[in-house]
Amino acid sequence: MIESISALGRSGTDAVRQYGKAGLLLLGVLCHVPNLRKGFPLVLQQIYAEGVLSLLIIVVSSLFIGMVVALQGYHTLVKFGASAQLGPLVALSVARELGPVVTALLFAGRAGSALTAEIGLMKATDQLSSMEMMAIDPLRRVLAPRLWGGFISMPLLTLIFNAVAIYGAYLVGVKWLGLDAGAFWSNMQSSVDFHSDVLNGIYKSIVFGFVVTWIALHQGYDVNPTSAGIANATTRTVVYSSLAVLGLDFVLTAMMIGGW
Amino acid sequence: MLSQRTIETSVGFFLLAAILALIILAFKVSGMTSFFKREGYDVTAQFDDIGQLKIRGPVKIGGVTIGEVTNIMLDPKSYRATVTMRIDSHVNDIPVDSSASILTAGLLGDNYIAITPMYSQRYLMNGSEIEETHSAMILEKLIGQFLFKVGNDNKQPVNGASK
Repeated sequence: MIESISALGRSGTDAVRQYGKAGLLLLGVLCHVPNLRKGFPLVLQQIYAEGVLSLLIIVVSSLFIGMVVALQGYHTLVKFGASAQLGPLVALSVARELGPVVTALLFAGRAGSALTAEIGLMKATDQLSSMEMMAIDPLRRVLAPRLWGGFISMPLLTLIFNAVAIYGAYLVGVKWLGLDAGAFWSNMQSSVDFHSDVLNGIYKSIVFGFVVTWIALHQGYDVNPTSAGIANATTRTVVYSSLAVLGLDFVLTAMMIGGW
Repeated sequence: MLSQRTIETSVGFFLLAAILALIILAFKVSGMTSFFKREGYDVTAQFDDIGQLKIRGPVKIGGVTIGEVTNIMLDPKSYRATVTMRIDSHVNDIPVDSSASILTAGLLGDNYIAITPMYSQRYLMNGSEIEETHSAMILEKLIGQFLFKVGNDNKQPVNGASK
């Protein structure tokens, strides 16, 4: 009885301690004054590893998502004789929701898990400790460029996702189902607002990029240095960041629609 | 490990692709044209009821878009809506006695202003006002009038039969 209560208490304090560690990690990464001349090439390398290498999966999946949304939307809209509204339907759903969220989920699976595994292995093989021995701060040398890389890559990936998905919808709606191209674009232009639709989606993706990279870095830095520990940490990265993205998406949407 | 040069080039292409996507989203998808202010002149018109007309709604002659609505205000004295529209400068021969009406594109479409040209030899200029206007058709009002009329039509024969 007493043991189970103490175990419950320990799991509670452990959870709080995890949050504290994650916060301290973020503080450590962000509060170091970045050395522009030395830090910039490192950030570029991380933008390459997290952004450019994720480009293929982002482009292919966004093309298919745009095509599927157009196909589904067409078959519903055509019942009401409103198939000319396909453009606004696709553009609004992609720019507001699908673009930021699906990009973040794919990013968590493609780049977040790789980050956790990389840093976890660095820790398991004592590379981080040996950096500290050489008076190199691993937070600044290893973690900070990765955080900035994810933070910068995510909105760029979301922009590309949005544009490609809308062209995928154009492909299905106009080229295949035979909608009028002029109606497709002009209805889209009259109902999509640059600030409240496109930019709000990009703001969301900036938040998602930050959160996903932060979770990945924390899980990697806090790993139990065994092979099973790295496997667990990678799984937790994908699970936690997907949940965080979906939950935050609700909060952000409520804020944006509520007009905060 | 790739050389730093290759990485820099590919990140550069990545950035360019993202900027291109942003341009597409801004101009092709959300139709943002307010960066380049349309060359044109401002014309006002007063309407009793503008319905669902919005700022940036199109202004058309014969179905061709020639400008857009730039401002909608309530006139404090007459309680009518004052609509300011910007007409493209190459359409500079609209007669002053033309009329403006608010129409709806299709059953569920947005409202727009249609200008019907008349025959005067004097043309609209910057700051001039279109005097002759027709308000938007409000579907509820039309249905109300229709029901009222149908109700009256039904009553009269009944009354006549009872006499």
